Amino acid sequence: MWLKDSSIGRKFVMALSGAALVFFLLFHGCMNLALVFSEEAYNAICRFLGANWYAVIGSLGIAFLVLVHFCYGLYLTVQNRAARGNDRYAVTDKKPGVTWESENMLVLGFVILGFICLHLYNFWYKMQFAELTGIETGAFDPQNGAAYVKALFTEPVWGQVYCVLYLLWLVVLWLHLNHGVGSAMTSMGLNNLKWQKRVEVISTVVATLVVAPFTAVVLYYLGMGIGMLCAA
Amino acid sequence: MDQYIDIKVRVWRQAGPKAQGHFETYELKHVFQGASFLEMIDILNEQLVAEHKDPVTYDHDCREGICGMCSMYVNGHPHGPDSAITTCQLHMRKFKDGETITVEPWRSRAFPVIKDLMVDRGAYDKIMQAGGFVSVNTGGVPDANAIPIPKPVADEAMDAASCIGCGACAAACKNGSAMLFVAAKVSQLALLPQGKIEAAARAKAMVAKMDELGFGNCTNTGACAAECPKSVSLANIARLNREFLAAKFKD
Repeated sequence: MWLKDSSIGRKFVMALSGAALVFFLLFHGCMNLALVFSEEAYNAICRFLGANWYAVIGSLGIAFLVLVHFCYGLYLTVQNRAARGNDRYAVTDKKPGVTWESENMLVLGFVILGFICLHLYNFWYKMQFAELTGIETGAFDPQNGAAYVKALFTEPVWGQVYCVLYLLWLVVLWLHLNHGVGSAMTSMGLNNLKWQKRVEVISTVVATLVVAPFTAVVLYYLGMGIGMLCAA
Repeated sequence: MDQYIDIKVRVWRQAGPKAQGHFETYELKHVFQGASFLEMIDILNEQLVAEHKDPVTYDHDCREGICGMCSMYVNGHPHGPDSAITTCQLHMRKFKDGETITVEPWRSRAFPVIKDLMVDRGAYDKIMQAGGFVSVNTGGVPDANAIPIPKPVADEAMDAASCIGCGACAAACKNGSAMLFVAAKVSQLALLPQGKIEAAARAKAMVAKMDELGFGNCTNTGACAAECPKSVSLANIARLNREFLAAKFKD
């Protein structure tokens, strides 16, 4: 199968799964943004998705994409390290135009994955998981998503720590996407002499668009939490 | 103005393909900055011969930047710290008095070291043999108006064809990928009418050979194009991806 056995095929799978995850994140981010305007609106979205069959199938699809992206990333890195040979260069110098993130995508990926686990525990376990299994895992109703978000991010001191951690995660995600989006486009053949610079700009714009709504939500609750601290 | 400088040269010495290599540091006094880098290595070798030591083995041929033989990793850069040149075009004025210059061979699984700084780049020849050609004899140069080709296309094909197959791309790549080389060799033909007919078969055959020989997977870091002595563009890699994917989907 060429998607597994050829280098370009493997990169194509990496690009396609990555691109699909970017679309998921855009969708996810837009829904989260509702929190800033109205908690009822956010809870309406929670009810609409919740444990309905389409949401469950969607979640399974995303889990599969993450798994594919992770396994291929690992496989590619193992192969690439082998291709470098046994002797490493004694001296390596920075190459002009090569970004730090492009050379550390695996490390960034691991950080993102670690945070995904924390994030799933923080929210998914208390919301969709609780609704699916009927097990009570959190203090609130599984469909009252806004309450969970508010509780995690505004609780004195720990809430602020969580806010900073999530912001850090978003920075790492931005770096990963800043290289990833453009790289995916090139891997799919969507680049040429004229578009090279444009693809770089598109990559940065998409990375920023993905990260912006999440950042807005965290900053909103960070402000609210600090406000509550000052008032107390 | 060019001066005479004293330098230390830290060179990778390896007796043979299977032998364990190591660095050896030599002192060179009174080297003229107008000398080329390879002339400096020649001076070093004369000094070594006079001391009854084994001279440093390295590849070189045309010494004017078109053969691609002088494969050396100088101070962390293939073909040295200057851009868009080969090692033979590098001059000693790029280095300072008292500097220690580290010289290493290409380090890539597909380019095994033969001796010292000389590596076996036969892998690139094998990739070319797999498909880097047009199967029919195209005869003499046809009149330019016989097969009209737009100037920008002709320029891009010519720029791709400027690749000298030196191996700096795979040597610079953190993934040991030969994509820039293969992309240039596919592009120089795929862009032109004579090469278009076999484009799909060529892309498949050359990529398959590249993978088989143990080169890595491209992650688009751009180190190859940054270090390429002929400034071959990354756009060629996108074209190779496009050609290959199109060929596979057609199957």
